[in-house]
Amino acid sequence: MRYHTPSTFRDAAQIAAGASGVTRFLAGGTDVLVQLRAGAVIPDDLIDLKKIAGVYDIARTGDGGWRIGIAVPGIALGAHEALRAEWPGVVEGMELVGSTQVQGRATLTGNLCNGSPAADSVPGLVAAGASVEVTGPDGQRTVAVQDIPSGPGKTSLKPGELISAILLPARGDHAGDAYLRFIPRSEMDIAVVGCAVSLRLDGDTVTEARVALGAVAPVVKLVPAAAQAIVGTALDDAALDKLAAAASAACAPIDDKRGTIAFRTEVAGVLAKRAAKIAYSRAKGDRA
Amino acid sequence: MSKIHVTTVVNGDAVEFLADPRETLLDCLRDRLGLTGSKEGCGTGDCGACSVRLDGTLVCSCLVLGVEAEGKQIETIEGMADGATLHPLQRKFIEHAALQCGFCTPGILVAAKALLERNPDPTEEEVRFWLAGNLCRCTGYDKIIRAVLDAAAEMRQEAA
Ligand SMILES: Cc1cc2nc3c(=O)[nH]c(=O)nc-3n(C[C@H](O)[C@H](O)[C@H](O)COP(=O)(O)OP(=O)(O)OC[C@H]3O[C@@H](n4cnc5c(N)ncnc54)[C@H](O)[C@@H]3O)c2cc1C
Ligand code: FES
Ligand code: FES
Repeated sequence: MRYHTPSTFRDAAQIAAGASGVTRFLAGGTDVLVQLRAGAVIPDDLIDLKKIAGVYDIARTGDGGWRIGIAVPGIALGAHEALRAEWPGVVEGMELVGSTQVQGRATLTGNLCNGSPAADSVPGLVAAGASVEVTGPDGQRTVAVQDIPSGPGKTSLKPGELISAILLPARGDHAGDAYLRFIPRSEMDIAVVGCAVSLRLDGDTVTEARVALGAVAPVVKLVPAAAQAIVGTALDDAALDKLAAAASAACAPIDDKRGTIAFRTEVAGVLAKRAAKIAYSRAKGDRA
Repeated sequence: MSKIHVTTVVNGDAVEFLADPRETLLDCLRDRLGLTGSKEGCGTGDCGACSVRLDGTLVCSCLVLGVEAEGKQIETIEGMADGATLHPLQRKFIEHAALQCGFCTPGILVAAKALLERNPDPTEEEVRFWLAGNLCRCTGYDKIIRAVLDAAAEMRQEAA
């Protein structure tokens, strides 16, 4: 295994583009090292991105959004008051990843690029309308987060491409988001179902919404029909029932020891309702 | 496999070692530096027996490569006592019998110290959540939680 420590994303992309064997990027390493130790993935080239300037920064962008460095660990994301105030759902998704120790290392970028359908931070990013800046050997492009995962353990990044930042849009007024997951215990488990909702209000009426589901399909899914079920409503019981039905209808889960198809499908609807209610009260100014 | 020369600071002392890039920081601490206080329970980030601080942040040393320690500050259980004087957490663990086999203890002590620096007056729930990544197969956790809360009270100079 060759260990590289490039000082720019362009150099990292060039090393990756020139590598012929198994290549991995190293952000927090909480997936890479587990796979390495298990012998599941032993990279020929391991490209550590943490020596690149700015990778630990969380910065306000010109349009009022946020640019989050690829090495920002969960614990730093959670400690950033202004970001948490605007995007509590994004932050709480990341904070559910692993233990305190894992939080000291694990990143949004690694969670996204590991490609798990159950990745806890990804539904929140998708619901938020987040995008990523992708650097390749020939330049940069911006890609919506929901277009990065392409199947379990797979991404749409081309050989030599890597993510150089996570970009959150400006939050704007009267808006809120939330992420909930179901696990059989209270900590340290993989989501059986995850759901994130982001919405905006005009008075009591939902004017915009995005709903994303995790662990119920091969990739984290944006569910426009679920969003449509609540837009134009004041999130009354009828709207919540339609939201739940649309969320359940979007599920194509696996059946395994952690949850049956029927269970995951029903829980997706339940979580969608609960997350929508939390997002709604946050949009009303509730800071919890 | 060519080894990489790593210079780092462990418990305040400058140290250097040669690491295969696949070796974890835990391997390097134990096998290269002879600091065997950090334990390997799982090697996959689940048990917390390998907990250390890396530039102040609590991490699993089994999920950090030895070569990533270059230029960092590392704190391990070996740096916790001040000479022969135990840290209040260490003393309270003995008083409360918060260990049986002791395999989880170094990791829990390092993790609990990090908690009390951040939050000197945690609730029981906060202690339990903070230590959720430290598994103990012997004690049933109750004595561990009591020892941490009692140490916190002593460090705040209140009787528990
Ligand atoms: C004990 C334990 C508990 C966990 N619990 C959870 C949990 O509850 N929920 C959950 O979702 N996950 C969990 N995880 C998985 C893991 O912690 C997360 O997926 C984490 O967010 C990965 O981030 P990382 O920075 O450590 O990624 P790394 O391991 O550094 O990288 C992961 C993948 O992303 C790629 N990558 C990294 N950076 C880039 C980049 N800039 N561009 C392109 N590709 C890149 C790597 O090549 C690799 O394939 C757990 C892991 C452990 C060990
Ligand atoms: S040995 Fe590192 S967490 Fe178990
Ligand atoms: S005392 Fe034996 S594992 Fe905790």
